[in-house]
Amino acid sequence: MTERDQRRIDPAWLRGMTSKRMSRRQLFRYAGVGAGAYSLSAILAACGTEPERQPEQPEPGGVGSPEWWADQEAGDLVNFTNWPAYIDLAGKDEQGNRIRPSLQAFMDETGIEVVYRANINSNEEFYASIRDALEAEQYTGHDIIVITNGQELTEMMALGYLIPLDHSLTPNFNENVGTAFMNPAFDPDNRYTMAWQSGMTGYAWNTKFIDGPITGMQDLMNDEWAGHVSLFGNNADAPNMAMIELGLDPQTSGPEQWQQAADFLSSFNEWGGLRKWDDQAYLTAIENEDIWATMAWSGDIINDKLYYPEFKTFEFATAEAGGVVWVDNMMIPAGAENPLGAIQVMDHYYKPEMAALLTEWNAYVSPVPAAGEIVQADADDASGGDKAVLETIATSPYVFPTPEIESKLHTYRVLEGEEIEQWNDIFLPIFTT
Amino acid sequence: MERHLPPDLHDLRPRGRRPGRAAAPYALLAPGGLWLILLFIVPMVAMASLALQEGSALEGYHLTWRFANFADVTSKNWEFLLRSLRNGAIVTVVALVLAYPIAYWIAFYGGRFKSVFLFALLLPFFVSFVIRTVSWSFILSDDGIVFGTLKSIGLLPEDYRVLGTTFAVLAGITYNLLPFTILPLYVSLERIDRSLVEAAKDLYASRAAAFRKIVIPLSLPGVFAAILLTSIPATGDYINASVLGGPGTAMIGNIINVEFLRARDYPEAAALAFILMAVMLIGAIVYARVLGTEEITT
Amino acid sequence: MNAVATETGVTAARAPARGPRRRWTRFLLPAYTFAFILYLSFPIFVIILFSFNDTDTGFGTAPRVKTTWSGFTTIWYQRLFDIPDLTTALEHSLLIAFASSLVAAALGALIGLALARYRYRGKGATNLVIFLGISSPEIVLGAALASFFVSLGLPRGLGTLFVSHVMFSIPFAAVVVRARAAGLDRSLEDAAMDLGAGPIVTFLKVTLPLIFPGILAAWLLAFALSMDDFVISQFVQGPSTMFPTWVFGATKVGIPPHVFVFATLIFLGGLVLAVVQILVSRRRPT
Repeated sequence: MTERDQRRIDPAWLRGMTSKRMSRRQLFRYAGVGAGAYSLSAILAACGTEPERQPEQPEPGGVGSPEWWADQEAGDLVNFTNWPAYIDLAGKDEQGNRIRPSLQAFMDETGIEVVYRANINSNEEFYASIRDALEAEQYTGHDIIVITNGQELTEMMALGYLIPLDHSLTPNFNENVGTAFMNPAFDPDNRYTMAWQSGMTGYAWNTKFIDGPITGMQDLMNDEWAGHVSLFGNNADAPNMAMIELGLDPQTSGPEQWQQAADFLSSFNEWGGLRKWDDQAYLTAIENEDIWATMAWSGDIINDKLYYPEFKTFEFATAEAGGVVWVDNMMIPAGAENPLGAIQVMDHYYKPEMAALLTEWNAYVSPVPAAGEIVQADADDASGGDKAVLETIATSPYVFPTPEIESKLHTYRVLEGEEIEQWNDIFLPIFTT
Repeated sequence: MERHLPPDLHDLRPRGRRPGRAAAPYALLAPGGLWLILLFIVPMVAMASLALQEGSALEGYHLTWRFANFADVTSKNWEFLLRSLRNGAIVTVVALVLAYPIAYWIAFYGGRFKSVFLFALLLPFFVSFVIRTVSWSFILSDDGIVFGTLKSIGLLPEDYRVLGTTFAVLAGITYNLLPFTILPLYVSLERIDRSLVEAAKDLYASRAAAFRKIVIPLSLPGVFAAILLTSIPATGDYINASVLGGPGTAMIGNIINVEFLRARDYPEAAALAFILMAVMLIGAIVYARVLGTEEITT
Repeated sequence: MNAVATETGVTAARAPARGPRRRWTRFLLPAYTFAFILYLSFPIFVIILFSFNDTDTGFGTAPRVKTTWSGFTTIWYQRLFDIPDLTTALEHSLLIAFASSLVAAALGALIGLALARYRYRGKGATNLVIFLGISSPEIVLGAALASFFVSLGLPRGLGTLFVSHVMFSIPFAAVVVRARAAGLDRSLEDAAMDLGAGPIVTFLKVTLPLIFPGILAAWLLAFALSMDDFVISQFVQGPSTMFPTWVFGATKVGIPPHVFVFATLIFLGGLVLAVVQILVSRRRPT
């Protein structure tokens, strides 16, 4: 077995990576501050229509109000549930358990134990698994969960399934959060959520089996690859990507455009070469070489490529027509047993050093602009294999988006009320076939 | 000579000899019966009522006696219903063909080792069926122990795959349901009086004819039970389609599952489940009538 | 018979031609049976074998089973309880299986006894309900139970799991005990009553011991059904994940080797239990 820490670097690849494009410090400020019409912040802040339902102030003394938070005592244990491959890793301790430096730092500092589980593989399925407990107002077993902006998050906020945050308890967040992630349209004033990482949906392929770049969904419908191609089967990525590829703007789309996108997606079912409508499990499939080309999330592929030598044949790119950008958010579900501990953990990740640790590992877009400078500084200081890895991350257009990429990014279509059912009726049957 | 006494001797007793007796069966039935009524009959009624409701998760559900739900749901999902019925039929036929020779051989020629053979046959099914199905997805994986070896030898083309096809799903369902086919067949074959077969041979019947004319007709109750116990779970199965299948293999169970647990369209899911149940029941009753068995339950 | 045959001379003429053919076809069925048993056991061998597979594929989460063999190790047996969620799920399954099988065996045994012994109004209905309980597709049962709990607003969890598992096991228990009770000689009970024993004493001292092997078998069956149950559990478990549903969820990303280890252990446990049950029922007078 190859040791995780050995990273073999291809010299040609290294040459390509070290050619200068734009000053890196410019990039970081750009991503964070959001000057210019096409910046990430503009995209995220302006996505979709204003939600009809204005966030309500919690009742005085009710759950989530400042008085309620003041009463909370931090317990000994926080149950933190997240998606896989999302938190930094370094080696193992004596019992063979993996160490997560950023989390370890929190545990050492506060003495609170954090039980971290990477169980979330799909927003829909995870939400379905905790919904009953939330309805019954019971503890779900999780103190922090990470959900992408979308239908499930909208529903959870509308039904009161989340505990409102008291931002007097989140100093690091208040100080360090980038404007793109502050007061997002899907959660005004960060009432309930704080961004964990943001990422893009694009396409990944294994150069061991496939040469050319995948430029769009249509490319995947290649008979030579029949049976080795997959697409995301959740109710957000594929529909939006299909619309973008057809030249439709998701934000202004209606049921007619959805039907067009649905027909396009159905053509994959008719083709017969699609192996699966997948979700997070696509990563296992592409690692097993069952899948050669697939829809993918940026950081997953970059992380695999950089940190696991056996996957250096993986490539990622957003579609030429444009990609989708989403935000995975930390939030505290109702009934959590240790909300104060939870909010402390959440705030801990807004320290630039911690945010940098995350991005250096998972290669996703950080909500903390200051982290970018730390990543660059780490890359400058490092040497050998480490240096090449960090340089790649520091210069990756998918981790620190260039204006060119940003100009083609869209957010998910925000759905409200009846639209949710209409959308599901049109798209869900395609994935359950 | 045997005296044939009525099976229920209590009928011979003068009434009133033991006054509490009449209540005895009801006393025995009460606890279990109550449980079943509360948690079997009532939920079925609840499901039927839910099938007539409208609404959504955010607004709540209301009983509007919307019988159109059944029509809507059928027209939307008839493809999956048909596919499930077809799969159920294929699985049943294949399972019967596979299981009959085994049941026959063990029943007739097993001798002292009958229970040992049965035990060996059923032993694998001690492991949870989800894990057995997962094990099959493991075995049948593209580069796993079976196909990987065959491919490296060169017996199979590189892009050959079984997982994700209807074949894999059918194979999985058949495998999982074989005990339900073998057991009823065995039980009824074992009861056949051997001397009848001997008598047939005495009358110059060949072995094949004896088999055809004596064994098969006498084993029909077992065949009926086997068909029932195999086709019903096969039609309603969705695990195999989920683990071993891919696009184009989903069965009606998958739809009910998705509607209930993911989309939370309870009225639609309940209507679909109700229709599935109705189809199975009608099928079983028609089949029973055709076969002429008076009691479905032995 | 032979005398008749040789008189006609037919058998004598046929015998030599039949000889080699009979020998060949005679082996067909047994060979088929053995091959079949091997085929049925194959996945189990794979499970047991791969529970010893050395896979250190971490990928940041739990280790996953690999489809190729890479070395023998017993490490997974040592680090059995590494995955807390899996251990909890297994605990839930064992707890519910144990509790629900006891109750189901008891209630089902009573029903089975009633069905075997008495004729009463509603016997046909009881038979029908038992039949429906056994033959209903599990997904219909699961959907019905979930509808019921949803309509009542009951939170789904261990409580709903318990009552649901008892419910679907009762019909099976009833059928097993009925089969046992139907074959018993009633005169033993009558003798006891003639000697002055009241109905309850007769029941406890005569009937119960006689049908005990049936109740034991019913209990084991209910236990196995409960441990194995996936569909109904998936509908009524809520946040209390059970072992089969946990495994099913894990198949999306790849199951950890611990699942195979647990499966092997459960299999061996079941094997031991089954052997014990056979021995017990052999020793008791029928």
